[in-house]
Amino acid sequence: MSTALLAVQTLNGLQLGVLLFLIAAGLTLVFGVMDFINLAHGVQYMLGAYFAVTFYGVTGSFLLALLLSLAAAMALGLLLEIVIFRHLYGRDHLDQVLATFGIILFVEEGVRMIFGPTSLSLPMPEMLSGAIELMPRLLYPIYRLAIIAAGIGVAILLYVLVNHTRVGMLVRAGASNAPMVSALGVDIGRLFMIIFGFGAMLAGFAGVMVAPILSVEPNMGDNLLILAFVVIVIGGIGSVRGAFIAALLVGLVDTLGRSFASDILRTVLSSSAANQAGPALASMLTYVLMAAVLFFRPAGLFPVRR
Amino acid sequence: MQDAAVETSARELPRPRVASFALPALLFALLALTPLIGLVGPERYLLGLVTRAMIFAIAAIGLDLALGCGGLVSFGHAAFIGIGGYAAGILNVAGIDDVALVLAASLGASALFALATGSISLKTRGVHFIMITLAFGQMAYFVANSLKAYGGDDGLTLTNRVTLVGRDVFGGTYAFFYLVLALLILVYLSARAISASRFGRVLRGAKDNETRMAAIGFNPYPFRLTAYVISGVMAGLAGFLLAEQSEFVSPAFMTWQRSGDLIIMVMLGGIASLDGAILGALIVVLAEEMLAGVTEHWRVIFGPFLVLVALFARGGLIGLVRGRRHG
Repeated sequence: MSTALLAVQTLNGLQLGVLLFLIAAGLTLVFGVMDFINLAHGVQYMLGAYFAVTFYGVTGSFLLALLLSLAAAMALGLLLEIVIFRHLYGRDHLDQVLATFGIILFVEEGVRMIFGPTSLSLPMPEMLSGAIELMPRLLYPIYRLAIIAAGIGVAILLYVLVNHTRVGMLVRAGASNAPMVSALGVDIGRLFMIIFGFGAMLAGFAGVMVAPILSVEPNMGDNLLILAFVVIVIGGIGSVRGAFIAALLVGLVDTLGRSFASDILRTVLSSSAANQAGPALASMLTYVLMAAVLFFRPAGLFPVRR
Repeated sequence: MQDAAVETSARELPRPRVASFALPALLFALLALTPLIGLVGPERYLLGLVTRAMIFAIAAIGLDLALGCGGLVSFGHAAFIGIGGYAAGILNVAGIDDVALVLAASLGASALFALATGSISLKTRGVHFIMITLAFGQMAYFVANSLKAYGGDDGLTLTNRVTLVGRDVFGGTYAFFYLVLALLILVYLSARAISASRFGRVLRGAKDNETRMAAIGFNPYPFRLTAYVISGVMAGLAGFLLAEQSEFVSPAFMTWQRSGDLIIMVMLGGIASLDGAILGALIVVLAEEMLAGVTEHWRVIFGPFLVLVALFARGGLIGLVRGRRHG
């Protein structure tokens, strides 16, 4: 494994990590503060990508498409919250699972009806296309660097919001004890709405960002949703900081594992055995990581609730 | 919360509801009569479909025993279906076709997997239990994907169904249908007996209030582990039957979506009522096929239906049938 390959794969891992963070941040807050399991969160990521494609088709500008998509993603999140989700707070987790699973079926099929089953794509914004030379003879696409930068920017913004604003204080208080916050006279319903809309917007943002580099298709959120759940469980439910660290960890472990598992195994196993076991082990690594974290630290790396 | 828990247990502990045999009996009778449709039209296809639905009902009953009775929300139950199926497939490749041997291998392998993963998973609670069972399910899925000798991600085609002392008695559609129905009834009755037994009451007690159970001298862990293993074995049986029915097994048996489907079946029918698990499995498998016949976009109809059930039918569809027992 050469240094250049390691560097590229580390950057790819970081890029997957920040995407996971954008999705996991909303998920962990919704789960931590409202005690609500939202399987439909992956759908909000998928819709972000479709919004971007649609608005780009109308406006022809990536930036305008991005802004409109963020607004649309937030509006849709709020709509879902008002029509369905708020009736399910405080109910059994399994009721929430059933309802949000139904929403996944409906929205994914609806998208398939409107946009057709074939995948769409979004052209890369002119300004961010091309590649730069990070090291001698090592080119890396600018757009992917931009994704990493945007993700880290959002992480910093969230850090400031959560730790240094009044709403952030309420969110933290809600994550550790929501009934108590309500008892102290805070309009918890409004707080829930804010968190929900904001989480939906972040997931939509992730969808917009990946639209130029991944194919935009109705089930693109499914597997990412599961990884995002893995992230929030490793990080500790309700902790944005935990979600950030766990997302980078999962992104790096997954990407580097896929690139180097066979190579590493080859040092202890025969070549053919390593080639067979490598991919399986690589796919498993994130889950092994989660099982280990849950076994040794059942509340995750950064536990919030006592 | 506390009052509700006390009230529930006061109502449930003295005598489990044994009276309601009417609904399952009706269901089983209807199922037994399904082959008669063949007299009206060429419905071999329907028979295969109902067989498949009954197989999933067996897995759903297994899951309901862990989930409903024990409060153990396993998000990795598809792994047992896959393991049961792969045991049958691998023995088929090895040339072993005797039903007793293959069944023993399928159930044994599922039991071992359940014992190994359950003993670790049961150290966690709530959402963490959901996620750790998902993790083990995914690990099993990726292992199945890497079995190059047995088809890898393409899956494995079985050359023939199992035999009974060398004779092909399960090959026919009808024979297999009634075999599955008989096993479904057997699994249902065992699950019911387990649920009504002292063992089942300890499980439910620990689900309602773990501290109280500990205070009166029960350590829930061995009870839960046993329930988890029994549950896994039932799903393994379903996997065995699924592999035998389609004479095919693949990693697609054990995706996390399949585990989710099983939870949806149990939830839709009504949690902790084994009748509900059967009803849910039948509805999910049959509705999917029927609606798909009406429109390829059947999910647009089925999705909102699930949302409505979650919002308004607390206790699932079985709750609607029986009237509200759980508020």
